[in-house]
Amino acid sequence: MSQINRISGGQIDRAQEVKFTFNGKWMRGHPGDTLASALLANGQRLVGRSFKYHRPRGIFTAGSEEPNALVELRKGAHQEPNTRATVTELFDGLHANSQNHRGSLEHDLMAVTDFLSPFLSAGFYYKTFMWPRAFWEKLYEPIIRKSAGLGRLSMQEDPDIYDKGYLHCDLLVIGAGPAGLMAALAAGRSGARVILADEDFTLGGRLNSETLEVGGMPGARWAKEALVELAAMGNVRLMARTTVYGAYDHGVYGALERCTDHLATSGGKPRQILWRVTSKRAVLAAGATERPIAFGNNDRPGVMLAGSVRSYANRYGVTPGQQVAVFTNNDDGWRTAADLVAKGVHVPAIIDVRDAPAVCDVPGARHIRNAGVVDTVGRKGLKSVTLTDGQMIPVDCLAVSGGWNPNVHLTCHQRGRPTWRDDISAFVPGRDLPPGMAVAGAANGAMTLAAALAEGRAVANAQIEALGFKPGKADLPRAEDEPRDCVPYWHVRESTKRGWLDLQNDVTVKDVKQSHREGFRSVEHLKRYTTLGMATDQGKTANIPALAIMAECTGKTIPETGTTIFRPPYTPVPIGALGGRSRGRDFRPYRLTPSHVWAKNNGATFVEVGNWLRAQWFARPGEKGWRDSVDREVLATRKSVGICDVTTLGKIDVQGRDAAAFLNKVYANGFAKLAVGRVRYGLMLREDGIAYDDGTTARMSENHFVMTTTTANAVLVFRRLEFARQCLWPDMDVHLISTTDGWAQFAVAGPNARNLLRKVVDAAHDISNEAFPFMACGEVTVCNGTPARLFRISFSGELAYEVAVPARYGNAMMDVLMQAGQEFDATPYGTEALGVMRIEKGHAAGNELNGQTTAHNLGMGRMVSQTKECIGNVLSQRPEMLREDAVKLVGFRPVDRDRGLIAGSHFITKGDAASMDNDQGWMSSVAYSPSLGHSVGLGFIKNGDTRMGEIVRAVSPVHGTEMEVEIVSAHFIDPAGERPRA
Amino acid sequence: MIINHPLLGPRDAAEFVYLGDAALIERPDWQARDAAEAFYEYGYLRDNPAGKHAELWYHEQGDRSWLVVTRDTTTHEITSVEMARDVARAKGRSK
Amino acid sequence: MRYSALKILREGLTGNKGWKPVWREPDPKPDYDIVIIGGGGHGLATAYYLAREFGMRNIAVLEKGWIGSGNIGRNTTIIRSNYMLPGNEPFYEMSLKLWEGLEQDFNYNAMVSQRSILNLFHTDAQRDAFVRRANAMFLAGADAELATTEQLRAELPFLDYENARFPIKGGLFQRRGGTVRHDAVAWGYARGADERGVDIIQNCEVTGFDIENAKCRGVQTSRGAIRARKVAVCVAGSSGRVMALAGMRLPIESHVLQAFVTEGLKPVLPGVITFGAGHFYVSQSDKGGLVFGGDIDGYNSYAQRGNLPVVEDVAEGGMAIMPMIGRARLLRSWGGIMDMSMDGSPFIDKTDIDGLYFNGGWCYGGFKATPASGLCYAHLLARDTPHPVARQMRLDRFKRGNLIDEKGQGNQPNLH
Repeated sequence: MSQINRISGGQIDRAQEVKFTFNGKWMRGHPGDTLASALLANGQRLVGRSFKYHRPRGIFTAGSEEPNALVELRKGAHQEPNTRATVTELFDGLHANSQNHRGSLEHDLMAVTDFLSPFLSAGFYYKTFMWPRAFWEKLYEPIIRKSAGLGRLSMQEDPDIYDKGYLHCDLLVIGAGPAGLMAALAAGRSGARVILADEDFTLGGRLNSETLEVGGMPGARWAKEALVELAAMGNVRLMARTTVYGAYDHGVYGALERCTDHLATSGGKPRQILWRVTSKRAVLAAGATERPIAFGNNDRPGVMLAGSVRSYANRYGVTPGQQVAVFTNNDDGWRTAADLVAKGVHVPAIIDVRDAPAVCDVPGARHIRNAGVVDTVGRKGLKSVTLTDGQMIPVDCLAVSGGWNPNVHLTCHQRGRPTWRDDISAFVPGRDLPPGMAVAGAANGAMTLAAALAEGRAVANAQIEALGFKPGKADLPRAEDEPRDCVPYWHVRESTKRGWLDLQNDVTVKDVKQSHREGFRSVEHLKRYTTLGMATDQGKTANIPALAIMAECTGKTIPETGTTIFRPPYTPVPIGALGGRSRGRDFRPYRLTPSHVWAKNNGATFVEVGNWLRAQWFARPGEKGWRDSVDREVLATRKSVGICDVTTLGKIDVQGRDAAAFLNKVYANGFAKLAVGRVRYGLMLREDGIAYDDGTTARMSENHFVMTTTTANAVLVFRRLEFARQCLWPDMDVHLISTTDGWAQFAVAGPNARNLLRKVVDAAHDISNEAFPFMACGEVTVCNGTPARLFRISFSGELAYEVAVPARYGNAMMDVLMQAGQEFDATPYGTEALGVMRIEKGHAAGNELNGQTTAHNLGMGRMVSQTKECIGNVLSQRPEMLREDAVKLVGFRPVDRDRGLIAGSHFITKGDAASMDNDQGWMSSVAYSPSLGHSVGLGFIKNGDTRMGEIVRAVSPVHGTEMEVEIVSAHFIDPAGERPRA
Repeated sequence: MIINHPLLGPRDAAEFVYLGDAALIERPDWQARDAAEAFYEYGYLRDNPAGKHAELWYHEQGDRSWLVVTRDTTTHEITSVEMARDVARAKGRSK
Repeated sequence: MRYSALKILREGLTGNKGWKPVWREPDPKPDYDIVIIGGGGHGLATAYYLAREFGMRNIAVLEKGWIGSGNIGRNTTIIRSNYMLPGNEPFYEMSLKLWEGLEQDFNYNAMVSQRSILNLFHTDAQRDAFVRRANAMFLAGADAELATTEQLRAELPFLDYENARFPIKGGLFQRRGGTVRHDAVAWGYARGADERGVDIIQNCEVTGFDIENAKCRGVQTSRGAIRARKVAVCVAGSSGRVMALAGMRLPIESHVLQAFVTEGLKPVLPGVITFGAGHFYVSQSDKGGLVFGGDIDGYNSYAQRGNLPVVEDVAEGGMAIMPMIGRARLLRSWGGIMDMSMDGSPFIDKTDIDGLYFNGGWCYGGFKATPASGLCYAHLLARDTPHPVARQMRLDRFKRGNLIDEKGQGNQPNLH
């Protein structure tokens, strides 16, 4: 295909040629082209199909507001659906395919829906597909789903990488058209830190698309010179290809920079960067978007917005057609005609709805006044237009201008409402702008060039003056105010054919009228009922004309009828960019235990525990599955000695003269009288009386305590303690610091624990049972002088200690302990064996302390002191929380000892039906006990403490199983608690 | 959002953890005769205003200060930021 | 007007000019038996069931804006009954059963699509909790199904099984869960209520209550005073504001929840997928957009918009669990005001003021509850006794200590 529509001029590099394919067909373009301009140059008019009726569609605009020309860009895992050809920079080797058709683009089988359109009007689906009842799920909905959607995802992992960044500035200027450039120049020269961002790859905005002069030179050249000056300023950052997509609280803006989308490959670089811009002030200079006029069959390929046609001619050196008529309600449309003719394109007619003299002289063009287009011919490409007076004009392109809408979107992101201006028949920014934002240029309704430049400077100066900068010298370049008269004219009433408003979602004038007829009259109802403005372009060209037609129906003015709220993002943002690097294994950081390397070298299998990776078990050769390893670890620990890294438990250092009194307030049980050198188990409640966390706290000295928390709650408990310290008892002399990462801590458990530790703890420290009894603690040294802390506490139920050393010695300490333990066959154990032993011992853990259980439920009700002030004790006494028939934590074992209990089973009294009304409780934790040779469980059951020996049903309908279980004490091992005291 | 920390200057709200109404500072007297009712109200009932709201934020990714931030719940505008400890003391809390 | 295929055919052939308004636009009468404040899903459903189930007709629904403008019009359209606690599960299961018959019930196709909902788990403890929940669902007559990683791989090959930070250990399906066309629910209930004589009054804001001697006798509105024997508040995120007019403080905070939708895509997701560990859930609408969300922003807000950290956090969760969506583009985000309660569960109850009733505290889960909420509230209003499945949803439960705390987070609304 040759570039049959290429004309002179433009900002393309004709010296170089770029090859690309569309639907497999090779075409050529030039650097500086967009995919859309190159397709037009090659005479490719049909580029896509509409959503609902599968109507043939062509390129409609030259910008990000494009509703029609969406393609699947690139191949394989790089395939990007719904990519607007109008903003896709052409690169060598680009592949694009049209989307949303069955069969070829030219012969789309789904186009049959267009012929059924009378029955598929607004909201038809709410009124049908209901009979017979079963058919909706089985037949209708699958058909609807299958035909829905636009482009396809590749279904493969996104191969690109995305970065995130943070920027700060005094003034963020959004949009680099005439107003934005002038604003950036004014602010930049004053010395303020300025960011100038624009979605386009060439900054300059409409100056690149116009023949207007600025400062005595072509506007595009003036823009280039301004950009050179700005680029040279150290305090100005120019960001092309960067869309500011959202205005968030307190001057924070979201921006997306497309770094490699214009290249054939990203080459390992981030494809896009998501910037969070924190600005003190902002100037929105986002320009304006042209709107169409609705008339019969106004959706044909070849019907385009007039400003876009001008942009293709002036910026890209392309004419969308050889015979281009203009249909306009304003002066601006005339400039398209004039510019085209100046480039040698034939403009047979200018159809103006106004009964007014010619705006300018356009050689060769007939001026048809007081007229409109009622219909068009040419299903896959415009062939002619029919006017209100019946005459037909053969054309292959119709440039339509219905006036311009200021791009107020970002002014509404904090729920500001735009206001209507009759003189330009458009909404302009309202008063309630996002704090710190001001609007300049066409975005603010200053639709002409000189006015935009002046306003850009004035607004920027006001903004930076408010920040304390002295406005720099920035003379206004000479420019004209082009004629911009515009009359409100939204659709050609004489048209009897369907006139499109929302091109992508196929919403027509008739749909709006029907919506009104059925009572969907508020703007939001209109949107939701007809799907107007819900497509990928968010109704940038459709919303206002539709609103105007609804206003006509209701007899109200447009502002009375309303406006829709614009929400972020301004243009769509890839989820990959929003996710950034937080994906795959980098989704969240890993925390590694101090003995991680040792564990890795010794066959550990790891498990995620929150952000921690912990050793789950240490497999040995010959073991067939995890149970073999875990059983061995448990038995070896109970028989001799086992070692486990328990660093992940939260550790909080509590110091100060009031430390004891403070702990007495945050724990439910008493801590005021804990002796120095002793450890106590503590139960912490939430203020609502629910059990929150448990652990041990050791009194190292009079005013120094070391608290441990569960792994899961380490951060949360610390936060709550700080709250108690700062907000509830602010005068207490107590100081907190988290030392979870500061100390490596190991449980050494089993009958030989003391014998092992005697080899490690320096001899100066007497750790005999007499000198260092159960629940003792102290500062010791190990390995000839390394500082350490020793706690005689037991989670396993065995004679056990926890020894802590500074974290940097953690890995070495594990080695030392294992070497010292060699003679005792010391065994490292992981979280599974830890869990088995705590269940055997009947200790509550996460599954029991799940935020729903009280001390009463846990059998620890008496620990909750009512004789002191402490968090949670008052609300723990509410009547329903102390019910006699409350569930209680007890043990369970299967009547048939060969069966394995299932955590999550519910208990049903024998003889009762399995129903929610008869639900007696649930099994919270289960394990196979190698010590006992059968499965054991912990669970909550009503009145559990009074039902010892009762057999109940443990049902798990989700597994389709049930079994009889016996209620027993939760202390399966050493119920008298002699072992830890040995 | 940006919270202007009294000690550290403007910080991104993402560094903070939110708790709720600053009335949570005013924990009732556990020994009062109506303690059960007072704790119920303290724990469960909220003014939940559409407008100015004094609320507790914790600078978890920072200096671990609890702050009382006065913020409009309809606009998110922040009009004052105080150290919660100072507020607590001003309300007569001590030990 | 009854909708049928024939009707559509006839209208299509005659230019679609015979359609009538789906609801009338009446002026408010001076008094009603029951005035419902709030023309959202729950309020309209309440009116519908009052008329249909309890034969009451002299009812007005007052809406300050346009009907369906609250959370029924801005949610992620999910229906499910995968709750655990006896105070909740029977209620939500009844709701799901009502959804299943809804189209026939009110002759309006809200496109109830039981395409399944899946909750993924990543640890043994999460699995145990899901088994407990699944069994509770069974005990209440609901359906549940555990899936192994292998089953998930076969059914959802695009999830990240190989490179995940939190490897998928399995999931809990509720096959009867799914999605509904949310706006149509409001319209369908409005149509059904209107047909039965209920006055739906838009642009009518309640500005005060007429309370004498602890008895509510009506409301003041932007369109004048309206007397009523019973006044039923049903305003979700605005609960705090409205009940303050009656001098009541509530166990509720208003928070913002953002939700998101991508550009339309050819079908990729069969059902609803919930990645709890990553604060992300997603489904695909019949139009092809991926509809997704995550956590609430976490601070009190009536602003109906959120901020960037949560947007990014949600997208991170999405990319972590299904990295194939990286090149799908976020098209639109919105924020709704959630009436976050102190235990994450709702209220359908009388108040201390005679004649004043309250329905709220739905947190971000009100959409799926719409039919049951309407039916139970109607039951309470008509009979003055709670519906059996809503009997625990009382305002005084915190005083008594009878919490319905599915997540075990306690009295901090932003954690539910």
